[in-house]
Amino acid sequence: MLGNDSIARGLLESDIDVATGYPGTPSSEILASLASYALSGWKKDKFHIEWSVNEKVALEVAIGASWAGARSVCTMKHVGLNVAADPFMTLSHTGVNGGLVLISADDPSCHSSQNEQDSRVYSKFARIPCLDPQSPQEARDMILYAYEFSEKFKTPILFRPTTRISHAKSDVDVGEIAPREKKIGFTKDAERFVVLPKHTRVLLKKLNAKQDFMMKALAESPWNRLELKNGAKLGVIASGVASAYAEEAMETLGIQVSYLKIGAYPIDPSLIKKLAQNVERILVIEELTPFIEEQARMYAPEVMGKMTGDVPHEGEFDTLLVSNMIRKAAGKPAIKNRDIQLDFELPARPPVMCSGCPHRATFYAMKSVFKEESIFASDIGCYTLGTQLGAVDTCLCMGASITIASGLSLSGIDNKVACTIGDSTFLHTGIPGLINAVYNKANITVVILDNRTTAMTGHQQNPATGANILEEPASEISLEALVKSCGVDSLQVIDPLDLETSKAAFKKAYNTDGVKVIIARQPCIITAKKMGIRRKQLEVIEDVCEGCKRCVKFGCPAMEIRNGKAFIGDSCAGCAVCTKICQFGAIKAKGA
Amino acid sequence: MDKFDLLIVGVGGQGVILASDIIGRAAVQEGLPVRSAETHGMAQRGGAVENHVRIGCKYGSLIPLEGADCLMSMEPLESLRFARYLSPKGIAVINTEKIIPVTVNTGKVQYPELELILGTMKGLCSEVKSENYTGLAKKAGAVQALNVVMIGAVSKYLPIKPETIKDVIARSVPPKTVAVNLKAFDLGRDA
Repeated sequence: MLGNDSIARGLLESDIDVATGYPGTPSSEILASLASYALSGWKKDKFHIEWSVNEKVALEVAIGASWAGARSVCTMKHVGLNVAADPFMTLSHTGVNGGLVLISADDPSCHSSQNEQDSRVYSKFARIPCLDPQSPQEARDMILYAYEFSEKFKTPILFRPTTRISHAKSDVDVGEIAPREKKIGFTKDAERFVVLPKHTRVLLKKLNAKQDFMMKALAESPWNRLELKNGAKLGVIASGVASAYAEEAMETLGIQVSYLKIGAYPIDPSLIKKLAQNVERILVIEELTPFIEEQARMYAPEVMGKMTGDVPHEGEFDTLLVSNMIRKAAGKPAIKNRDIQLDFELPARPPVMCSGCPHRATFYAMKSVFKEESIFASDIGCYTLGTQLGAVDTCLCMGASITIASGLSLSGIDNKVACTIGDSTFLHTGIPGLINAVYNKANITVVILDNRTTAMTGHQQNPATGANILEEPASEISLEALVKSCGVDSLQVIDPLDLETSKAAFKKAYNTDGVKVIIARQPCIITAKKMGIRRKQLEVIEDVCEGCKRCVKFGCPAMEIRNGKAFIGDSCAGCAVCTKICQFGAIKAKGA
Repeated sequence: MDKFDLLIVGVGGQGVILASDIIGRAAVQEGLPVRSAETHGMAQRGGAVENHVRIGCKYGSLIPLEGADCLMSMEPLESLRFARYLSPKGIAVINTEKIIPVTVNTGKVQYPELELILGTMKGLCSEVKSENYTGLAKKAGAVQALNVVMIGAVSKYLPIKPETIKDVIARSVPPKTVAVNLKAFDLGRDA
């Protein structure tokens, strides 16, 4: 079972009432898994599930439901918690009624993220307990515990899996999915639900007062476990998935080590103190920030970790890396691996936009008009891969394309500025940026890459697709109406596969002042195939091809050069943009 | 308990995840604990992908460097990229059908000769088994069955009965493709 499926299983066994979230790797499959349960029929109508417009919205919907007594869950990736930070920080004060678990999945090594971020820091910041699973099994078990704990202490829980939990698979023991007794209803209580300064001051006192009780309860939980070994000089503290690596490494180490496994925060200092009294020194093994280490240093004299240079600050760990950390702390030599040296260069294989991807065509048209000297701000999605085509000069966070472009254009530079943003990202946090650009008179071209889905994270629905997470028809928002209502006068809609019309649209935008919007609309090639859209594959007429490589520079993975001539491979999706790029008419539909 | 670390590598879109799923489920069906780690997200778009499958493992899902008993490489170049995971005593099963990366197409770098790749791999492990498994998949009836052909090829080394794997294949692939996939498994195993 995938870690995310295992988490979803825990949610179903907890009989949740409301599930919300915004897609983001590595968290996306949790809601997808819940949706497939709902779609399978036997849980349909038993709980509400939605892809929300963004993470702040998702969390607030979950909070509203919780205040009415419903058990709710809200899922996102670590950077999503930044967007949801505003409600999160005050939610600790008001607390919850129905259990509320916020799942924020961290991504050490940035496999599919713009940064590495440690969600545990938010838990301390907001004074909200955090659970940090070691395995898919523990993830499922912890979810059940989280709801009991949340309701007992009226606190939200931050649940923090990492990529190697969410995207790990393992055999998992599960329990029954049984209904539970529910009390749904909202009782007005302004002193709690209206955070006027007068109320908040009291709520803060209550929040601080319950910290000790929560800490003591977590110290009794199975997630924080102290194993003292007689005569051990070394103590190891490890958390989350790193504790799985540590346990594997210690099995073959051959010396006695006392061990504190951490899976729940805040940590009761007595656990660290007890360990420190029994060993000479402590090694703290945790991915991302020195979160436990900082606390350990308050109670133990001799601590090795990130702050002493013995544990890396960046990236994810594995068993070998952790083995060597422990071996070093125990005074044993490191396990060395051979260094594989090649006397030739190994070609890199970066991810690329698919054959037939409409974004590539949009980028091509944009660049052929705007040229190299223009500046191209962009955003988060598959289209960030446009950096390989020189069509993406900036990418910071969700929604930051229109705003960064605005800042560039208002900075006093002479270059033209164009930016690209996907349909889902535009709805997520792009709209305020567009309003701001119009209101404050930026001079930019905004391209909304409307591929009718949230592609990068696995083709989730969004309000512009006309369907909800359960594939039911939903009110389809009109991007055109939305853009116009933001005050944009110059709006054009193009089909990116129609290269000539696209170029004309970009030319018009290039020569117009103010905020110009181009909606480039064409379904993602992956969803198009699923929808049954089949286009004829293309082939090169070898005698006509001059081998100029113009088509290959388009960057389509189906195009390559074989024996000096262009060649179109099996992955061709038939978008036919290359037929318009070739100046010799050497590309035609197969069999035509 | 039998322990076996298998690394499956290839190019996003080749069906690496389904391959590791099938082997993982077959192991669970035989009562063996399994941990596996998958590549999702951005790298799936035609990038290099790696899936770790640890049979008989109850700890973390990542195979340590030089820990893999077998490397199943669905594309020749990718075997070299991930060779550091393969034990010097391990076996490499390599598909010889190339997929040219964008860096080669744009002329930045040359794709190494197949002989050079296989020769280098032979120096890094105890045995290299190479075959045009893509050709066998086509012979079975669908190029998409490449992952199952290669499961057949590595099944000889796995601590799992082939019947169990075939049983899981039949339940994991789309119903219309069961016959093609079972044939693909046999072609891979007999190659």
